Amino acid sequence: MRPISRRKLIAGGVAATAGVAGLAAAARLAQHYGLIPPDHGGIYGPGQTLTYAAQRLLTMHSLAREFPRSMISKTPFANATAPPNDLFKRHQASGFADWRLAVDGMVARPGSFSVSDLKSLPVRSQITEVACEEGWSYIAEWIGTPLTAVLNEVGTLPQARYVVFFSIDSEWWDSIDMADALHSQTLLTHGMNDGDLPVSFGGPLRMRVPRQLGYKSVKYITRLTVTDSLKSFGRGLGSSEPDYGYAWYAGI
Amino acid sequence: MSTADSLANPGNPRHGALVRATHWITVIAFFALLISGAEIVISHPRFYWGEVGNALTRPLFTLPIPASRSTVPTGYGYVLPDQNGWSRSLHFQAAWVVVLTGLVYAIFSLWTGHFRKSLFPAAADRNWTALWKVIARYLRREPSDEIEAHSYNVVQRTAYLTVIFVLFPLVIWTGLAMSPAFDSAVPVAVNALGGRQSARTLHFFVSGSLLLFLVVHVTMVVLGGFRSRMRAMIVGRVATPKERT
Repeated sequence: MRPISRRKLIAGGVAATAGVAGLAAAARLAQHYGLIPPDHGGIYGPGQTLTYAAQRLLTMHSLAREFPRSMISKTPFANATAPPNDLFKRHQASGFADWRLAVDGMVARPGSFSVSDLKSLPVRSQITEVACEEGWSYIAEWIGTPLTAVLNEVGTLPQARYVVFFSIDSEWWDSIDMADALHSQTLLTHGMNDGDLPVSFGGPLRMRVPRQLGYKSVKYITRLTVTDSLKSFGRGLGSSEPDYGYAWYAGI
Repeated sequence: MSTADSLANPGNPRHGALVRATHWITVIAFFALLISGAEIVISHPRFYWGEVGNALTRPLFTLPIPASRSTVPTGYGYVLPDQNGWSRSLHFQAAWVVVLTGLVYAIFSLWTGHFRKSLFPAAADRNWTALWKVIARYLRREPSDEIEAHSYNVVQRTAYLTVIFVLFPLVIWTGLAMSPAFDSAVPVAVNALGGRQSARTLHFFVSGSLLLFLVVHVTMVVLGGFRSRMRAMIVGRVATPKERT
């Protein structure tokens, strides 16, 4: 073994100190700019954090690709059927006339919206791709009320950092940060390909987050909660997905 | 420099410390990517071309294996356990390790001239004749000469350069092209490949090429003298002639 020269030792020491200081500074900056995902702990935490931080910086204002009408899939694939939930079946029997979306949390005017209330707000449509984490995909036209329109109605408080959304299936909930919540393509979707949103595709109401993989687009939404922290929801990991090993951030 | 000089002077190892460290980190991360990648493929062992593809569309080809999801038609009467959750988390974490390690390696190699000195073939070797000469020697199973104990021959150089400058960049590109968020910022990344499903299919084939390289590489290490080659990549120095037998 060759003895290490004093010069190398000093250079190494300086580099190590700079590295540790740089990491500490980076962690503080990341925290400040909201670049730390709720599931940053655990063995895959470093990877989840790097992916979320890098993509959040890269995609702050970017739009998911939209496609021409001719590219709408003739055979869209519905991954799962309606949840075998009695409450849902009762809603389905009455044509979802009593379906409500409750909005609470850090908002000035908590409220509740029927699907027709949502349709009376600004509605937009987009032709985007649903990409499942399994590998398959399809393109459809999605018609819905931008989440921002609903958030404007209820008056989001300035300290809001996340929007948590709950399916009628109580095991199924997820959340997005404000960058995605305020994004123009994030839709509370009630229509698909010029018709009502079919139940198998999440009808009557599905959250569509086209810059993330399909599992972020939770079906059968009944409640939104605006919050500044995800700690009090479930295990504090931001969604029910980490229970199955999936990342909270699904942009990749 | 003669062999004796090189052996006597540990300052001139066959592989520098940074090359050795980045090599083994990449080995570990690559195996993690390979295992987790295979698990991810099992959740939908059908491949398509173009932008979209799913269980209701015609595949380009299907792997003859069962799937870990009941919604995929495979012809098998059973469904494998679903390992997609941790596999995806491990895949992306290992991908970060490969990318960051590769970045350190590339910057270091440009800085020290490692690419120029150790990897780009000498001007006289940049032709098919030189390549064929080495391949023919491999085929005749002739032992490598002393020079090769200390530097790469033209076939090795070509293979390593292909892995470093073609296959790794391609596998990263095709992988990133499957990220909906990345594509929103850089749509050309996926559009240039012909669509999301094309990117996935290409990712599969480039990964296969890297696996093929791995198999050939390990075979050559075994044929070339497993202990001495491993020693060179672990401690840096080549073994003495006595140890090499």
